[in-house]
Amino acid sequence: MDAQKSMFPSAFDVPAPKGGEDWQGLYPYYTNFQPSRRAEDDQKFWFCNSQHWPTPLRPFDVIMLDFAIKCLGQYNTRHLLVPPANGVDYRILNGFVYFSPVGVAPEDIEARVPQFMERAGHYFGNWDDLLANWKTKVLSAIKELDAISFHKLPEVEDLEVITGGKGLDSTTHLFENYDHAINLAYRIWQYHFEFLNLGYAAYLDFFGFMKEQFPTVPDQAIAKMVQGVNSELFRPDDEIKKLAKLAVELGCADALKSGTVDEALAAVAAAPGGDTWLKQWEDAKDPWFNFTSGNGFYSTDKYWIDHLDIPLGYLRDYIERVEAGEEIMRPTAALIAERDRITAEYRDMMDPEAQEVFDGKLGLSRVVFPYVEDHNFYIEHWALGVFWRKMRELSELLASEGMWDDPEGMFYLHRNEVRDVIWDYSQAWAIGTETHGRDVWNTEIARRKGILTALASEPPVQALNNPPEVITEPFTIMLWGITSEAVARWGAADEDSAGLKGMAGSPGVVEGVARVLRSPDQLSELQKGEILVTPVTAPSWAPVFGKIGAAVTDIGGMMSHAAIVCREYGLPAVTGTGNATAKIKTGMRLRVDGNNGTVEILD
Amino acid sequence: MTTDLYTLPFDRISHDDFNRVGGKCASLGEMTQAGVAVPPGFAVTTEAYAAMLDHHGVRAEIERHLRGIDAEDLDTVERAAHAIQIRIRSHPLPEDVEAAIRVGYAAMGDDIPVAVRSSATAEDLPDASFAGQQDTYLWVRGADEVVNHVRDCWASLFTTRAVAYREKNNIPHIDVLMSVGVQKMVNARAAGVAMTLDPSNGDRTRIVIDSSWGLGETVVSGLVTPDNFVVEKVLQEIMDRTISDKHIELVGDAALGQAVEREVEADRRRIPSLSDDEIMAVAMLAKRLEKQNKCPQDVEWAIDADLPAGENLLALQSRPETIWSQKAKAKPKHPFATGMTSIVGTLTNPLASRK
Repeated sequence: MDAQKSMFPSAFDVPAPKGGEDWQGLYPYYTNFQPSRRAEDDQKFWFCNSQHWPTPLRPFDVIMLDFAIKCLGQYNTRHLLVPPANGVDYRILNGFVYFSPVGVAPEDIEARVPQFMERAGHYFGNWDDLLANWKTKVLSAIKELDAISFHKLPEVEDLEVITGGKGLDSTTHLFENYDHAINLAYRIWQYHFEFLNLGYAAYLDFFGFMKEQFPTVPDQAIAKMVQGVNSELFRPDDEIKKLAKLAVELGCADALKSGTVDEALAAVAAAPGGDTWLKQWEDAKDPWFNFTSGNGFYSTDKYWIDHLDIPLGYLRDYIERVEAGEEIMRPTAALIAERDRITAEYRDMMDPEAQEVFDGKLGLSRVVFPYVEDHNFYIEHWALGVFWRKMRELSELLASEGMWDDPEGMFYLHRNEVRDVIWDYSQAWAIGTETHGRDVWNTEIARRKGILTALASEPPVQALNNPPEVITEPFTIMLWGITSEAVARWGAADEDSAGLKGMAGSPGVVEGVARVLRSPDQLSELQKGEILVTPVTAPSWAPVFGKIGAAVTDIGGMMSHAAIVCREYGLPAVTGTGNATAKIKTGMRLRVDGNNGTVEILD
Repeated sequence: MTTDLYTLPFDRISHDDFNRVGGKCASLGEMTQAGVAVPPGFAVTTEAYAAMLDHHGVRAEIERHLRGIDAEDLDTVERAAHAIQIRIRSHPLPEDVEAAIRVGYAAMGDDIPVAVRSSATAEDLPDASFAGQQDTYLWVRGADEVVNHVRDCWASLFTTRAVAYREKNNIPHIDVLMSVGVQKMVNARAAGVAMTLDPSNGDRTRIVIDSSWGLGETVVSGLVTPDNFVVEKVLQEIMDRTISDKHIELVGDAALGQAVEREVEADRRRIPSLSDDEIMAVAMLAKRLEKQNKCPQDVEWAIDADLPAGENLLALQSRPETIWSQKAKAKPKHPFATGMTSIVGTLTNPLASRK
């Protein structure tokens, strides 16, 4: 490579798509690449995290970026002192999110070791107790969030405010509730990372040991030995399956087969056994339908509980399969037996000393790994589901009070602008005038929507500047599948037109017809046996994995959702191809090789 | 019945019979007993060989020829070796030995083609080929021919090279006993070798298969560049395929009564000699044999064109892999990092940066 020329462009040379030129004003100053810091920022390698942020962010949604990335950093840098790794620096460019891992200066690494040993050692040594405590903390935060509600300011304060000598008005609660909701989301994100990095560290330690023993052992084989079969992430899907079986058993399945959600539920209520079925449906909803079809990071995420048509659609598919005599429940006993077989066979190929070490490292990995899988349900699905519901309530309230027309208008504002809006609403209410916002926000929101539409029209640049010689930051590799090889592939993209290379996410080879889906709203288009090609999948897509032949994603590592679920369902998966959704068109015949991480376009 | 003394069918051979039937037949016997599909056949035991030596003074005659050898003078070795081979080949067998071979052959069917192979009892010697171990006669048909080729195998103990080798290494010639295997000929559509480790690096998580059209001898002897398939042993998935230009194949010619080498038609040369299902079947056979023998194996196999799919994979031979297994034992042990120390090591020295 030409030493003068970077492999990827500088952030300062990437133009905005036409119509999106004014995007910078949508986001806080600290997320921008500042021209005054060009020299410094151009020295760093930035990769686009399109796994977690596949589309341009609406301004309010910066909240999740801020909280997630700050909280990831705090545990590495300030709580645990992970010897070589601080946090991950972040920026926004053309509405997309860019990350750059921050290492610790080599001379400072040694000094952090004793502290890390003590602090991380405490967690590993008291994992179960600390985790039980974690669950209590998270559930109580969710309960607090759930209790928050936003109300229209009253025409007149209640008489009790006077007689009770309270001396405070309803705007006080409005501010308190808004701030409390934001603070709870902040707290929830801190909890999210309390255990996560440690979970990954223990897993990587086992992973490294296995690769030393058997340099060619597939990543997926290591994952299979550690992965649980009873992760709470599978629970929502399992609940739908149980409901489908119950409907068929009770003989009330026909009532559910057509009409809107309300119509179907009314029909089943009138059907024989309908009461029993409805009770189970209601029981399953809380908490298991707090399940997003996205990843929880976007205000646009659709949660099952708010969109019952989504679980109902899956339910109908399952009912059809149950009626066709298919066994739809996951074969957990067989999965456990297979996991034990794989574990025993690798172990048998080691000498006795290595076997002892293997047992220790695998044991720790299995202790910590359920957290790595389960936290996702508690945080991204359940807690953030409640958070977004509350924020939608507020946005709708402000819309009904004339601040903007679009019920979702608030999400085009940054969270601190929302505080200004609440002030505007409060002062106008108190003074007895009209809000200023009603003259400002509709126009401004329309302008911002235009910019976001323009930004979404072009795919992001995958990376910026030059990658380091080797990418070593463990979390970057583990979470985002960013390896030296992956980056080299991006650099060489588009040279070979007949095939794509990605990560071997789940073993097996399958040929079939592609179905390219860019949004979860299109999931119903999938036909049985098709190969799902999509930018990224989410856990709530689980029901479609019973239908497809294989999965191919643009983004994601061996621990990405698609890889985990495909291993569970015994389907081949190739993840992190970079540009599968751009190169593959629906209807193309593909050969997906999940053993080697390749996708071949056959025609 | 004298049959069990001089010949022993594969399904009655156990590991304890090693000294009587040699390594190759013992392995075939063990596989047969364990339910692995092996072409049927029988071993001509070392007792039969010993009986031949003791018949009409053959032993004394061989010893006389050997006494005339000057190890430094290759001509004397060659002369003695030739004389002994001619003597063995032309010697009528003891009646009961010959009868046993004929009975054994007749029991396999009506003049069916068989492979006649030597099965040495001294396999652990460094250069096993001296014992004539490589001696294989394919597509042999008719009892007379079988008897003749059994004699040929015995005679192969006295090739010039084998005699010279034993002279040089002070190995008593007459103590090396030889058994001969008579096995139903496979009508191989494809055949080859499977190793339960990667011969290029000793990786035990891989099963590496070489495969070509026709009988596997072309693969073993390197006459063709075979297709190469790599299977992950535990996940049981095909990881790699290399399809080669397989220009010749060795097939049985019923009219000639022998295996003949012929050109492979152009349209068959570059297509895979095994389907994915067959690759997995071969790999699973090798894996099973490794488990049974408790060490990495080198397996010869064939797909029989005359048998139905699913039942057409046959094991022809399984023997321990020696090269990497010995290296592994000699490898110095390094202490493993465990607990927090190891986790710190993992974080500060991630895999991607290790060389």
